[in-house]
Amino acid sequence: MNFAFTEDQLLFRDTVRDFLAAECGPAELRAAAAGTGRSAARWQKLADMGLTGLTVAEARGGLGLGLLDYVLIAEETGRVALPEPLIDQIGIAAPVLADFAARADVAAVLSGLAAGTCKVAAGHPDDPFVADAGEADFLLLGRDGVLHLVPRDRVVLTPETSVDPLRRIAAVDWAAGNETRLSGETGILDRFRDLGALAAAAQGLGLAQAMVDLAADYARTRQQFGKPIGTFQAVKHHLATVQVAIEFARAPVYKAAATQHPRDISHARIAVVDAAAAAARTAIQVFGAMGYTYEVDLHFFMKRAWALAGVWGDRHYHLDRLSRMVLSDDAAIGADGTFQDR
Amino acid sequence: MDLRYTPKQAAFRAEVRAWMQAHVPKQRLKSYDTREGFEEHRQWERVLNSGRFGMVTWPEAMGGRGADLIEWLIFEEEYYRAGAPGRVNQNGIFLLGPTLMEYGTAAQKARFLPRMAAGDEIWAQGWSEPGAGSDMAAIRTKAIRDGDHYVINGQKTWSTRAAFADWCFGLFRTDPESTRHHGMSFILLPLDTPGITRRPIPQLDGEPGFAELFFDDVRVPVENRLGDEGQGWSIAMATAGFERGLMLRSPARFQETAKRLVQLYRRHEARVAPGVRDQVLKAWMDAEAYALNTYMTASRLIAGGKIGQEASLNKIFWSELDRSMHETALSILGARGELLASGVDEAGEITRWLKGFLFSLAGPIYAGANEIQRNIIAERLLNLPR
Ligand SMILES: Cc1cc2nc3c(=O)[nH]c(=O)nc-3n(C[C@H](O)[C@H](O)[C@H](O)COP(=O)(O)OP(=O)(O)OC[C@H]3O[C@@H](n4cnc5c(N)ncnc54)[C@H](O)[C@@H]3O)c2cc1C
Repeated sequence: MNFAFTEDQLLFRDTVRDFLAAECGPAELRAAAAGTGRSAARWQKLADMGLTGLTVAEARGGLGLGLLDYVLIAEETGRVALPEPLIDQIGIAAPVLADFAARADVAAVLSGLAAGTCKVAAGHPDDPFVADAGEADFLLLGRDGVLHLVPRDRVVLTPETSVDPLRRIAAVDWAAGNETRLSGETGILDRFRDLGALAAAAQGLGLAQAMVDLAADYARTRQQFGKPIGTFQAVKHHLATVQVAIEFARAPVYKAAATQHPRDISHARIAVVDAAAAAARTAIQVFGAMGYTYEVDLHFFMKRAWALAGVWGDRHYHLDRLSRMVLSDDAAIGADGTFQDR
Repeated sequence: MDLRYTPKQAAFRAEVRAWMQAHVPKQRLKSYDTREGFEEHRQWERVLNSGRFGMVTWPEAMGGRGADLIEWLIFEEEYYRAGAPGRVNQNGIFLLGPTLMEYGTAAQKARFLPRMAAGDEIWAQGWSEPGAGSDMAAIRTKAIRDGDHYVINGQKTWSTRAAFADWCFGLFRTDPESTRHHGMSFILLPLDTPGITRRPIPQLDGEPGFAELFFDDVRVPVENRLGDEGQGWSIAMATAGFERGLMLRSPARFQETAKRLVQLYRRHEARVAPGVRDQVLKAWMDAEAYALNTYMTASRLIAGGKIGQEASLNKIFWSELDRSMHETALSILGARGELLASGVDEAGEITRWLKGFLFSLAGPIYAGANEIQRNIIAERLLNLPR
């Protein structure tokens, strides 16, 4: 039993953190929001670092790493509210497609993902919109219990506007066919949803921490009544309360990445949705009217958190599923239940 | 990361489980906040020690098994799973024990630890004074050097189990000219020393769970000082770190409470409002999150890491979790929740929730009030100005 990341995993995380801090600061977010929303140059750098192929097998040109390596990276992309759909690709599309790598067409897509030259958007049939479908070469979609890989030219997109100025979403109209079919294996769309939920949870952790850090920075400098507002206990206690919520959402996310068990994923998902919502409402309060503006960077993080709260199974879906697992007769709960195989 | 128990860990769990099954008293012991119950619990500590389960993390020479923190968590899980009695000596084994291990001389360790593990000496802690609660640096009780003794005068209060305990450890001002956190020393003393008067204080449940201690020219040998003279504050902070951080409240305790809450909810599901389900699930998730967080901390400490300010995050989390679980349980019980009886029937279970609720209200106060913990998080983790 060892619930800790390796030195290598942490070191890689730190490298990516430094890279993202340099490449995706608030100025870059603003530029993206004012322009097309996506930077081809940044995507190329992500590919050069190997990140687009993080979870793709080495044989396909990827780094061949697993979800435990990835979860720390997903958290970092949340920390900077990265606009590009890196996480959907390496946390949802690549792991799903890996099961079908024996097919030549899928293998080619995976190689393209690793190289950064092919893009796959992913959307669960329960969600009304798909993110980053416009620029994608393929869409990973589901219908009637079947998972499909659909070429971009076989879908009709109706773009919609997200509250998050950096999210690009669209409703997708498409026809399923034999040639798009990947698998109808039982539970395949649940696994699809779970990978999306894990991706949202891991990013949400980073988003929540970023909001607390921004608010703490502001509280150190903004002066009222002749002193920094961070000296006021009401402000301190608000932020400390959120930090507690974030801290106790972290281990569930890491465990969910390790086990990919539905119970763990739903737990992580709910804990992060709640922590990130608390971070958003607390941070805006600490910023005062400044927080209510487009001028302060906080809104990018709040809006991403709000958008991610609903997709890949919202809070109700995950609570409902969790209740069936925790409140059942044979649930392994109690003091020795945490790491029992279920 | 490897979330599987090793065969050795699994074997240890099996050993603890079998031993607990054979030894845990079938009848619930009387409350350790009564004299009779206190002695029953002392007897249980002796039984535990006979199986070398007094404190599994201690070295064998001190009555332990040299277990690591993961094994300690496994032990705790089996302990709570078996419904074993509360640890009457928790001040000793969980707080003073680790402190002695770090700061004690070889002679002090040999003198105190085995008897602590055996339940022969049960400990109370003496930090708080009437004028020094959250502000512990305001301690005034003096221990003035007189040859090879200290002479103690003053008063301690809220000392848990001091009504019946054998020994007390605490902070005393050894430099009478000093102020705040300077000039204090960490001293251990037997509570039957002449000059000590104990006044039991009934707690919310009516039982004398803590006591006031009055010191009137109490003479204590200098060798009972832990660490250097004047070093008391930093040693006490280490003890408080153990208290908040890891040892005092193992996750198993809350996981078992969450499990009981799930069972209670399922029995009453038909008549409670739908929203209660979400509170019950939240209790389960939070108890689980606390366990996961503790496993992460244990793994980090085993790899050579240290406990830091995150201890304050823990303390807030478990204390507020415990309170909300008991509030939820009482809301499910409705009008029957006021039933203060005893026994092991269904009424006994109600009493258990009620008593647990009363005690859960103390959680956000003791071991450093949660407001103080929030200050610590804000100032030391988030770097907000004082
Ligand atoms: C069940 C129980 C067992 C205990 N056992 C022991 C024991 O064995 N040994 C021992 O020495 N003590 C013990 N205590 C005492 C405990 O350590 C103190 O109660 C605690 O430190 C708080 O001190 P106080 O009660 O004097 O409250 P106060 O310090 O008077 O605080 C009252 C309220 O004011 C708030 N407050 C105080 N200062 C600040 C601040 N700076 N910022 C914001 N809010 C503030 C507190 O958070 C609290 O809400 C025990 C207490 C309880 C309830």
